[in-house]
Amino acid sequence: MSRLIVSPSPHFQSPNTTRVLMNDVLIALAPATVVSLLFYGWNALLLLAVSVVSCILCEFVIEKYLRGRNIPSISATVITGVLLALNLPPAAPWWIALIGSIAAIGIAKMCFGGLGQNIFNPAIFGRVFLLVSFPVIMTNWAAPAGWLGVDAFSGATPLAQVNEGLRAGIPASQIIAENGLTGWQAFFGAAGGSVGEVSALALLIGFVYLLVRRVIKPHIPLTILATVALMTTIFWLISPDKFTGPVFNLLSGGLLLGAIFMATDYVTSPMTNWGMVIYGVLIGVLTVLIRYFGSYPEGVSFAILMANMAVPLINKYCKPKRFAA
Amino acid sequence: MKNKTFAIGGVHPAERKMAKDAAIEVFPLPAKVAISMAQHLGAPASPVVAKGDKVKVGQVIGTPTGFVSGFVHSSVSGTVTAVEPRADLAGNKVMHVCIDVEGDEYAEGINLSGRVERDVKGTPEELIEKIKAAGVVGMGGATFPTHIKLAPPKDKKAEYLIINGCECEPYVTADDRLMREHPHEIVMGARVMAKALGVETVIIAVEENKPEAFAALTEATLRYIGFYVYKMKKKYPQGGEKQLIDAVTGRRVPSGGLPIDTGCVVQNVATAYAVYQAVQKDKPLIERVMTVTGDCLKERKNYLVRIGTPLSAILDSVGGLPDGAVKVISGGPMMGKAVANLEATTQKGSSCLLVLTAKQTARTPEQPCIRCGRCTQACPMGLEPWLMNRLGRAGDTDALEENKIYDCIECGCCQSTCPAHIPLLDIVRTSKADVMKIIRSRAKK
Repeated sequence: MSRLIVSPSPHFQSPNTTRVLMNDVLIALAPATVVSLLFYGWNALLLLAVSVVSCILCEFVIEKYLRGRNIPSISATVITGVLLALNLPPAAPWWIALIGSIAAIGIAKMCFGGLGQNIFNPAIFGRVFLLVSFPVIMTNWAAPAGWLGVDAFSGATPLAQVNEGLRAGIPASQIIAENGLTGWQAFFGAAGGSVGEVSALALLIGFVYLLVRRVIKPHIPLTILATVALMTTIFWLISPDKFTGPVFNLLSGGLLLGAIFMATDYVTSPMTNWGMVIYGVLIGVLTVLIRYFGSYPEGVSFAILMANMAVPLINKYCKPKRFAA
Repeated sequence: MKNKTFAIGGVHPAERKMAKDAAIEVFPLPAKVAISMAQHLGAPASPVVAKGDKVKVGQVIGTPTGFVSGFVHSSVSGTVTAVEPRADLAGNKVMHVCIDVEGDEYAEGINLSGRVERDVKGTPEELIEKIKAAGVVGMGGATFPTHIKLAPPKDKKAEYLIINGCECEPYVTADDRLMREHPHEIVMGARVMAKALGVETVIIAVEENKPEAFAALTEATLRYIGFYVYKMKKKYPQGGEKQLIDAVTGRRVPSGGLPIDTGCVVQNVATAYAVYQAVQKDKPLIERVMTVTGDCLKERKNYLVRIGTPLSAILDSVGGLPDGAVKVISGGPMMGKAVANLEATTQKGSSCLLVLTAKQTARTPEQPCIRCGRCTQACPMGLEPWLMNRLGRAGDTDALEENKIYDCIECGCCQSTCPAHIPLLDIVRTSKADVMKIIRSRAKK
C-alpha cells in the first residue's frame, strides 16, 4: 500500500509567501527608482548598487558566521538596500551608502535578531545614523547630471529653502513665490532632495500597486497623509506667513516615500487596523511638529523612528475586536 | 440587499468545487462494512450484536451509553463477522461492528418510497424521540447528537432555527448537490425540527456560489410561512456555527457559551435531510452524501454512500489512488482530517474524501514571522495567532489564557494565510489543550 502523509489541518499553505510579498514591494519601488536614476544618473546608480550589495553582504556574513543559517529573505534585505539608497542625497559619495548599510543591517536589524525581530525600520535607522554622523554630506543637495540632462533643481530642497527663509524672517508665501515652489513641481519630478523623493507620481504608482496586490493595507499611508494635511491646513490658516500649506507639505520632502514604503514595513508597524491608524496619526503629528518647529527642515525619518518605538505598546493595547467580548 | 456575512476575519481560499456538476450517484453496496460505535461526539455506543448474528438494514447495532451519545444502526443486511476495536478515520482504535453484506433487506417499517411526506405528525417530544432513535447527528462534521440540540434546557428559548447550507470548505460539494436535488426533503426536515423546537422562524443560509441550490430552496419554501432563504457572501468559515449565527442574526455566542444562548439552533442541510428521513420515512441514518474529489483523480463524484463503507472501495470506483497522491483527507482541506489507513470506513460525519498531491499539500520549512498581521486580520474569533505562536512556544499558559486561546475554533484561517508558513494552528492546538487542562483542573478544586 502506498504511504500516506498524515498531518493536522489546514492542508495547504498560502501561495503568498514572504518572498512573493517582498518581491511585490520591490516591483512597487521600481518606478521611483527608475525615475531617480533618470534624473541623477551614474552616481545614483552607484549608491543603489553599493547599498544593495553591502546590505546583502552584511546580513549574509552575520547570519552565516554568527548564527549559522542562510538569509531568510534576500528580497527583504534588498528592499532595505533600495530604500536606503533612495534616502541618500544624490551627490553623496559611495562610502556613505556602505556605512549606512552596515548601520541599517548590522545594528538596526541583526542586533535585534534579524528578519522579523527589529524594532526600528533598518533603512530609516541607516539614514538617521548618517544624518547625525555626516550632517554636511547628508544635507548637500547638489544634483549630479542625470541621463535626462535636467539639472534645474540643484541646491537646497524646497523644505530647506523654506526653513532658512523663515529663520531670516521672510514670510512663507514670499519664499515659495520667489523660489517657484508650488509643490506641484514635485508631483511629476522636479524637486531637489533625496534620490527617491524626485517624483511623487512614481511613488504613488508604487502605492497603487501595493494596494492592488494587497501587500499593504491603506490605513497607515492614508492616516499619515490625512494627519499632515489636516494639521498643516490648520496652521496655515492661522498664519500663512509663518507656516507652509498642505499641498506643499504633502508633496515635498520624504513624506510620500516614508508614508508609503517605510512606515508600512510589516515588522515595525502595528498589526490591527486601529493600531495602524494610531501609528499613522503619530507619524503625521510628529512630522509636522518637526517640520514647523524643529531645527531640521525634514521630519519624516525621525517621526517614523519615534513611532516605531511605540509599536510594541500599540500592539499591546490595540487588540483586535474579539468575537465574543 | 447586500449578501450577509460574519463581521470579523475570514479568508477566501480558492473554491475548487470541482464535483459540483456531478449528480448524486448511489454507491454500489460494498462486500463488507465496518461500522464505528464512535460516530458521534460524546460517549461511544455500546454494541448490541455479536459475531454470527444476522442483521437487516436499519437494525440497531449500538445503543447510547450516556447523555451525549447516540444509536448506531446497521447500514447493510448480512452476517456480523466481528465486533472488535479497529482504527477509524482519525486513527483512533474504537469498537467496530464488521458485517459481511448479503442482499439488501431492510428492517420492517422503513418507508422507501420517493414521495415527499409533508404531514408532520406527533408532539415535539415524539419527534425528538424519533430523531434520537434514528441516530441522527450533526452531519456538517461535528457529529453532535441532533436530539440534544433540539431539546434546549428549560431556561433557554430557541427563536431561530438556522439551516446551514454554506458549505464554505473548498472542494466539498455534497451539501450543494443535496440542496439542488432534494430541496423539498430538506425543507420538510427543517419543518420537523422547527416543530420540535417550537420556533416560528427558519432561516436557510446558502452561500452565493451555489445559485442553483439557493433557487431550489427558495422555490421549496414558497408555501411555508416563516421560512427564509438567505444568500450569504462567500467567505470561510461561514459554515462555523458561531460565524453563521453572527452572519444571519448579528448575535454573538458568548465566550464559553452555547449557540442556544443567542436563541439560535444551527443544523446542517444534510442533518435536515436525515431528520426528514428519520421522522417522515422512519428510516434511520444509514447513508449520507459524500464528495469524492481531488485535482489528481480521474473522476470526481458525489455518492450516496452507506455508512461503514471502506474508503479503499470508494477510491477504487474513481480509478484508485493516482500516482503522486500523498494525502487522503476526510472532510475539506481547511478542517478535514488526514487519513492514515484506507481500510478505515465512512462515518455519519464524512462529507468528503479529498485526495491531494505532494505539491498541493507540501509543508515547506517555516520562516521567521515578519509580523505582517495577516493571521490576526484573518482570525474569525478576533484572536492574535502570531502572539499565541510566541506565547505557546514559550509555554506561557497564563498569557495564553489572558488572550482567550480557548476561543479558537481551529478553522485554520491563520495558518492558511501565513506568508512565512508558520504552523500556527499546530502550536495553537497544543497550547489550547494545555490551557484547557489547566482550566479544567482549576474548576475541579
